[in-house]
Amino acid sequence: MIIEHPLLGPRDAAEFTYLGDAAMIDRPDWQSGDAIREFHDYLYLRDNPAGEHRELWFHEQGDRSWLVVTRNTTTHEITKVELARDTALASGRHR
Amino acid sequence: MNYSGFRVFWEGLTGNAGWKPAWRDPDPRAEYDIVIVGGGGHGLATAYYLAKEFGQRNIAVVEKGWIGSGNVGRNTTIVRSNYLLPGNEPFYEFSLKLWEGLEQDFNFNAMVSQRGIVNLYHSDAQRDAFARRGNAMRLAGADAVLLDQDGIRELCPFLDFDNARFPIRGGLWQPRGGTVRHDAVAWGYARGADKNGVDILQNCEVTGFQIDNGVCKGVETSRGKIRAKKVAVCVAGSSSRVMERAGMRLPIESHVLQAFVTEGLKPIIPGVITFGAGHFYVSQSDKGGLVFGGDIDGYNTYAQRGNLPVVEDVCEGGMAIMPMIGRARVLRMWGGVVDMSMDGSPFIDKTAIEGLYFNGGWCYGGFKATPASGYCYAHLIARGEPHPVAVDYRLDRFRHGAMIDEKGAGAQPNLH
Ligand SMILES: Cc1cc2nc3c(=O)[nH]c(=O)nc-3n(C[C@H](O)[C@H](O)[C@H](O)COP(=O)(O)OP(=O)(O)OC[C@H]3O[C@@H](n4cnc5c(N)ncnc54)[C@H](O)[C@@H]3O)c2cc1C
Repeated sequence: MIIEHPLLGPRDAAEFTYLGDAAMIDRPDWQSGDAIREFHDYLYLRDNPAGEHRELWFHEQGDRSWLVVTRNTTTHEITKVELARDTALASGRHR
Repeated sequence: MNYSGFRVFWEGLTGNAGWKPAWRDPDPRAEYDIVIVGGGGHGLATAYYLAKEFGQRNIAVVEKGWIGSGNVGRNTTIVRSNYLLPGNEPFYEFSLKLWEGLEQDFNFNAMVSQRGIVNLYHSDAQRDAFARRGNAMRLAGADAVLLDQDGIRELCPFLDFDNARFPIRGGLWQPRGGTVRHDAVAWGYARGADKNGVDILQNCEVTGFQIDNGVCKGVETSRGKIRAKKVAVCVAGSSSRVMERAGMRLPIESHVLQAFVTEGLKPIIPGVITFGAGHFYVSQSDKGGLVFGGDIDGYNTYAQRGNLPVVEDVCEGGMAIMPMIGRARVLRMWGGVVDMSMDGSPFIDKTAIEGLYFNGGWCYGGFKATPASGYCYAHLIARGEPHPVAVDYRLDRFRHGAMIDEKGAGAQPNLH
């Protein structure tokens, strides 16, 4: 698989390590009343869809940036690549 | 019809005219007591033991394709019971004991071949870890022998013992480990289940569940609705997709594992050999092909094919321990979708929905578990409580911090 890095252009997927579902960007609020259940679900449960999947890839053998890759899990086709920083900021994360 | 050497001889003399199909091809009935979803090794074994050992009748196995089209027909056929943790080892040893009696039990030649498995170690720390694992195995009644370099030289003189980067110092040997003809396992269980009255419904995909006030009353399939008192899911790589239809999210990711077979060679590999410093394992089939594999590709996928970087990695692992195979030509390679769990260990449990059961999370290692998985799942379904060797395989174990993490890798499925 070739990942179209937003800053570096096309890179071999072998340069990256894979973390998983990009939903992991959004950690639950540790002060919420239901934090124990929320953290359980956050840490251990996955949608694991067949089809489009937004996922976190780390450019470990490259510029060490985190990317959000939108990829089809039935065909391996990659349709979108963003810097994880940008998607996190856009969704209101500031740290 | 009973299979035997005499029968083969007799049929040979009479033009092989007496063989019959090994199982029926019935139409779905409107209702069963128990519907098993998934006609892989685990589903068929579950049906077999439910009927034979737990006295259940009126059972169907519902399979979306043909039986054996999933991972039971795609794996590298290794069976062993060399686990460390108390939640795992007694279960896998129970499974190995069932393998040992299986062919007599279901009257089918599954080519159970206990030629031994060697896990190589390459450092002092790894030897200590393997000594500990060997002791844990023996405490659970399994066999384990810690071999030094001379011991390994006797078994496999062809290894690259003085490799500059990963010299081979010894290995943990389980003589009772080995390989089993995977398709024959599916066929043997199917035939045995069918003989005991189980309906095997192929080309019948489960598309939904009938759930009424928290009680599961049956399944919707591509061949119509089927009512059932109990529905037991075991669909391996498709676990999340199927359980989603019952509104459940699972602690599972689907990944691809690749396997490879070379051209047929003279007998060279005595049993199963695994590399301890990279991921490579190899055995030799009865036809002579080297059957080998390594790591999963490491990203979510439902495509039954992998990518080339892992092919390279696996072949490098092979070359690191046995350079002699460098000129063997790979004939075939393929992939299977494996249900990687959050701690690398499986689930055999009830769900919060009454009458709905779940078996999955077998990762890349559920073939060896087939007999015990079927037996323990049948026990749970028939008796309502887990079999003693499978009590820890609970779906809610992460809630209680009771994970069974052999590798200590944490909630990261692609690292197990
Ligand atoms: C390449 C590879 C190598 C492996 N090597 C080994 C090994 O050496 N040793 C070992 O112990 N394990 C190994 N494994 C793992 C092992 O094969 C699996 O863990 C095990 O086969 C899973 O259980 P099963 O046989 O029931 O799965 P499967 O055979 O996959 O059965 C699941 C069935 O469910 C069906 N299904 C899915 N969705 C539906 C639906 N909606 N309705 C009806 N049916 C459905 C599928 O068609 C399939 O037939 C390997 C796996 C792979 C891919």
